[in-house]
Amino acid sequence: MSTIKTKDLLEGGIIRDAGNAADFKTGDWRSNVPQFVEENCIHCMFCWIYCPDTAVAIDTSGEKTKMTGFIFDHCKGCGICAQHCPPAAKGKAAIVMVREEK
Amino acid sequence: MKQLYVGLTGNEAVATAFKQARPHVAPAFPITPQTEMMHKFADFVADGAVATEMILVESEHSAMSAAVGSAATGARTFTATSSAGFALMWEVVYIAASLRLPICMPVVNRALSGNINIHNDHSDSMGGRDAGWIQIFCENTQEAYDTALMCWRIAEHKDVRLPVMVNYDGFIISHTSESLHILPDEDAWKFIGPKDLSNGYSLLDVENPITVGPLDLTDYYFEHKVSQMEAHLRAPKVILEVFKEFGELTGRHYDLFEEYRTEDAEMILVIIGSTAGTAKDVIDEQREKGVKVGLLKPRVFRPFPAVEYAKALGNAKVVGVMDKSVSFGGHGGPLFTEIRSALYGLENAPKIHNWIYGLGGRDTGTDQIVDLIGQLQNSIKGKKTEDVNLLGVRL
Repeated sequence: MSTIKTKDLLEGGIIRDAGNAADFKTGDWRSNVPQFVEENCIHCMFCWIYCPDTAVAIDTSGEKTKMTGFIFDHCKGCGICAQHCPPAAKGKAAIVMVREEK
Repeated sequence: MKQLYVGLTGNEAVATAFKQARPHVAPAFPITPQTEMMHKFADFVADGAVATEMILVESEHSAMSAAVGSAATGARTFTATSSAGFALMWEVVYIAASLRLPICMPVVNRALSGNINIHNDHSDSMGGRDAGWIQIFCENTQEAYDTALMCWRIAEHKDVRLPVMVNYDGFIISHTSESLHILPDEDAWKFIGPKDLSNGYSLLDVENPITVGPLDLTDYYFEHKVSQMEAHLRAPKVILEVFKEFGELTGRHYDLFEEYRTEDAEMILVIIGSTAGTAKDVIDEQREKGVKVGLLKPRVFRPFPAVEYAKALGNAKVVGVMDKSVSFGGHGGPLFTEIRSALYGLENAPKIHNWIYGLGGRDTGTDQIVDLIGQLQNSIKGKKTEDVNLLGVRL
């Protein structure tokens, strides 16, 4: 739980820091989980664009931006990434939804 | 300062005050008996008397939503409503207060449906008493005008930053012409002044981008509600400062409530709104007969100044609280439960009884108030009187 006191909060519950959703972990109630099949990935970035949260990890250091996997602290298992993943390589998609298991 | 002595309806007077506040934005949707107020204000806009951007929306839910968006940019914003219109904007009424937006809104009090009724009672505003707005009630056209001037200074004050509801009785005040004093436009502007944009936040401040109204769950919501409660605790001081400055300017002095002939009163009536005016006449007659009765007229209902009420009522033998709204299944009307709670624990606390009256605009004549005073006298003499009673209804 937060330790910020009432008197230190901003009026009206507004937020001044951009991108602080990253600090708010919401990925603990999945029933399905995306699996990344790297060899099928063409790094089109559809999953990164369509993800409603910030659960798709990418690497922007190289010449071409690459999809590298998932940030499960933010993934709720909605499967939108898998829906939009084009089966471009060998007719197979790079994201497959499976049941979340321990 | 030379004031103008004019004849206006309550709606015209409030529209005049809002014109003098030079609001930036006014979303509007009609509902009786408020409609005439926005008509009059639209006249001012059409005539070029004020440069307000009017947004003609498709419902009250939209009116308050547009007001929230507008006020979040920092624009001075008002809308107005009554009854079912207020009920329709309900969700967003809470949001306006939660986001600490200093919107001002006349609620021209009218009964709630059903069945449909356009006449005055206080069930609309009283239903909204927990929404987080400051609520000020008016007895007559003069008070409505004065409150519509002062509300901006209260709402926009840095220690408050809460929306303010200006409540006045539908038709009885809104549509009745009365003589009143108004300020010349320049003097009103000098009193209200431009909106201080350094207070609060603005969506248009691109140098300092913000998120307004994000998801607020178990970890922060409670703290945010407490900060709203604290703003209400700070409000009375600001309200009294604004009232005082206004009194010095105009000679019309206001307080959190008005006390009328209560100095030595054994019996004190507590009445909100226009019926308080009727009661003053009755009290004058009764005083001539030696009956020790007075009146306490609440002006500021939210925040509710409980300590001050206890002080003002504590020496009476009996208090009669009149509620022009009903809390179905509750033990008395909203005003009664507040005042009874304020008096609880006082040593030698007065007896206190409640009368529900005037629902749906049922006329409340002097004879009914005389009858009520008679019942209070009987209560002092020890005759059993119920906590909650009815006035002026066929059983």
